Amino acid sequence: MFNPAAPGFWSDRRVERMLGAVACLVLLLIGGMIAFVFAKAWPSFAHNGLAWFGGGGDVDHQLEDIFNSPSNPSDYVYELHAWPLLWGTFVVTAGAVLIGIVFSLFAAIFIVEFAPPRLSRLLEPVVRLLAAVPSVVYGLIGILVIVPWVGEHLISLDRKESVANVIQLDGASLGVGIMILTIMIVPIMIAIVVDALRAVPRSWTEGASALGVNRWRVTWSIVVRTARPAVVAAAVLATARALGEAIMLSMVSGSASFAPNPIDGITFLFEPTRPLASALVENVEGLTVVPFGQTLFAFAAVLLVSSMFLSLAGFVAKQSMRRYGVQP
Amino acid sequence: MNATAQRPPALPARATAPRDSVRAWPLRDQVGYYLAWIAGLALLAIAGSIVAYMAYRGAQYFDLSLLLESPNAEIDQSASGGFKDPLIGTAMLLVMSTLIAAPLGVAIAVWLTEYGRPAGLARAVESAIEIVAGTPSIVLAMFGLILFQEWFGFLTFDAEGSTLGRSFIAAAAMMSLIALPLVVGATRESLNAIPRHVREASYALGKTKAATIRRVLLPAARPGIGTGTALGMGRVAGDTAIVVVLLGSTLQIINGTDGGVFGLFRGTGSTLTSYIYLNSPAGEGLAPEKAYFAAFVLMCLVIVLNFVVTRLARGRKPQWTR
Amino acid sequence: MDPLTELDRRDEDLLRPPPPVRRILVDEQPTIVQAPATGTVAGNGAVGIAAAPAVRRAEPSPAPKIERMRAEAVSIAYGEKLAVDKVTIPVRQGEVLALIGPSGCGKTTLLRSFNRLVELTPTAVRGGRISLDGEDIDAIEVTALRQRVSMVFQQPNPFPMSVFDNVAYALREQGSRRPRRESLQDPVADALQRAGLWDEVGSTLDHPALRLSGGQQQRLCIARALAARPEVLLLDEPCSALDPRSTQVIEELILRLREEVAVVIVTHNMQQALRIADHVGFMYLGELVEYGPAEQVFGSPREQRTREYVAGAFG
Repeated sequence: MFNPAAPGFWSDRRVERMLGAVACLVLLLIGGMIAFVFAKAWPSFAHNGLAWFGGGGDVDHQLEDIFNSPSNPSDYVYELHAWPLLWGTFVVTAGAVLIGIVFSLFAAIFIVEFAPPRLSRLLEPVVRLLAAVPSVVYGLIGILVIVPWVGEHLISLDRKESVANVIQLDGASLGVGIMILTIMIVPIMIAIVVDALRAVPRSWTEGASALGVNRWRVTWSIVVRTARPAVVAAAVLATARALGEAIMLSMVSGSASFAPNPIDGITFLFEPTRPLASALVENVEGLTVVPFGQTLFAFAAVLLVSSMFLSLAGFVAKQSMRRYGVQP
Repeated sequence: MNATAQRPPALPARATAPRDSVRAWPLRDQVGYYLAWIAGLALLAIAGSIVAYMAYRGAQYFDLSLLLESPNAEIDQSASGGFKDPLIGTAMLLVMSTLIAAPLGVAIAVWLTEYGRPAGLARAVESAIEIVAGTPSIVLAMFGLILFQEWFGFLTFDAEGSTLGRSFIAAAAMMSLIALPLVVGATRESLNAIPRHVREASYALGKTKAATIRRVLLPAARPGIGTGTALGMGRVAGDTAIVVVLLGSTLQIINGTDGGVFGLFRGTGSTLTSYIYLNSPAGEGLAPEKAYFAAFVLMCLVIVLNFVVTRLARGRKPQWTR
Repeated sequence: MDPLTELDRRDEDLLRPPPPVRRILVDEQPTIVQAPATGTVAGNGAVGIAAAPAVRRAEPSPAPKIERMRAEAVSIAYGEKLAVDKVTIPVRQGEVLALIGPSGCGKTTLLRSFNRLVELTPTAVRGGRISLDGEDIDAIEVTALRQRVSMVFQQPNPFPMSVFDNVAYALREQGSRRPRRESLQDPVADALQRAGLWDEVGSTLDHPALRLSGGQQQRLCIARALAARPEVLLLDEPCSALDPRSTQVIEELILRLREEVAVVIVTHNMQQALRIADHVGFMYLGELVEYGPAEQVFGSPREQRTREYVAGAFG
């Protein structure tokens, strides 16, 4: 009966069941992953309670202690106050997305409305190229070129001394992280916004021009306004990308799990930090030590919840985009 | 083109050039206009400097022998040794993950567009694919590590008898998850673009749905599938986190104890991305020149893949109307 | 696709349903539309279309006719194709100028040159001189020109905003300072009244404009064009996408408006031209074949081609 060569074997029902089974398998795998991450993460949250999200103490020291826990399960160390990591993640992500969305919007306006046609045609593959560059290459340029330059030329000795008792400033910093992360997420946003700007019907722009409104105003008041949902969708997508960036940030944003302090003024941008994803990459060898592994999975759980939430937000944003017939 | 004047001779020249100047606009609008120009030019400058810098460093440290030599066994790379093994590693991962992701992705996409019952299940599968697309690759890597360490240890590399959860198979499996959403998305888009009358014509000829899919729809969707696969390969080639976690920091390819091809799959090694990472100051950092050249090679690879995607996408709009 | 073919394609656009969903205003009683005349001769010697007794011509307005715009030896070419060939024609306030002719004869191109909208097409070249109140329009800043010379398009194109925002759009976006809403209430109400739309939307100004019917949308576009108090109003086949009832409303509106603005209307519909035009320009293959008062062009045309077109020999 189970003879693939026989005609009639591949009936519709059978094929449907097989394809469905494949789909279910993948669903189970992904569902299993989510459940697994949360299950493994639970002990770390349970032992720390809400203080897990708070501050206090040096995260690196706490991680070391967890790693060095005695092998007796009842003596496992779990204490962790992950605030510096959370704050670092938030500042890097928010900074890159905010700067990026403004930059991408204006660049997209340029590509669609104001660029000479040849320049516009050149910029499209340029954007695709930027999107394709691997994060490790960005990280390499960052760590070999930008970080040393910042360390030597932008951070004065006075500045270093002003915080020397708390943290070392060597160029690998929040500012460099935000800067390179912005460059990494801009191409995605530009691509989405350009498509949305182009989808605005020409009858509207022609009608507005015929009323004696200048080209900038026509673009801003009609085209950009109509493409607003796309800008939101682009921002959501870029945030998800920024959250998950581990390698580049671990190379350029600093080697200490420090919470940069806005009160320090400009120095704030020069302080090192370690976003969650980078913390994972740097500590992943210790995954086999039980309490340490569970702590790492707690980080992963926070990232997973954030990205799931962003997926939902992105889905909602894409729905409102469909109203104008723009393909996300 | 005839030799006589192209422009109709009766067109007198205009007295003045038509006035349409930005300087007459209100200040706010001028600012916006110039900001758009600045953003566009800055974009060009950034991209240009990245490409120029990598080309410069690539030329500076150009050494074809590096492509043919294996790396030294030690972490310190500054002495000698090339990156043949990482190159092979990248190639292996690309092939293996594509072999997993492409059939899976097409199967899921076909199920979602052509069948998709019950509806709740279809939505759940869609959401799952979306979630994977948004999940950071480091999280996928960690999950893969535990998965292969505890459950699929037989597929991993044995180091002195203890399973580390690392192998090419493990890395390829997790990498395929990265490529999967891209394949699914592109295939679905292609399948949805095929109008209904094509399917109806096929059913009217007495073909089953399965045969229609196999003989009519999938061949038509081939450019889209190709685009999605190439996009996925681009992402796989560029990912470092999964490699670092699931292939470890050994630079040479070390076969598993089984020997033969299966041993190779069970073995560990490195890829271009992990090679670059480990040779930079973030790793052991003692051979930045090699890191630069490896980065140059990687960028060339990615640019080629990108070019392939563009070419495939351009042929993507078949004429369906008669 | 060259612009001439593009303009032709716009007729095909009429056959396809437009993207925004509109309610179609359905008459209770059928409107009787006059069948085209077949070349009969009336008692007063008029031939062709003017002989049809049921087409009522409008009374000419008593106001003095001031020349507002003048095209002198205007030629327009898209790349190598000549679309308009040395046309000289005046536009006067107090009267309606109708441009008629078969598809592709250049009447829309000529219309679009009056507010320099042809410049939006990259391959377009224009020769000759067009003046507004004596000034060469090339010497005026294009935004200032378009504030004085407004246009209404064939397909109604209200913006995706409320009715109020649509009409107030020009007033808000033309100046450097954004006027407050209170100061816009009066101009908006005035424009809507002049366009004959106030009764229908006056109480629902904040509703989306895209929800209006086709005829209402077109009147909204006219109100929008009138809001900035232009001197000249250009209408590009404004009724071709509308039902007869809305057409009638808009034609009456045009007749009321001609006192305050100079009106130029491009129309495919000869009966429409006969109903509302004071002067008529017949164009064929880019040339202005005949220009004169409406009774003369329709009743006793000088040119053979005009005679044939008016009798319906081609169209």
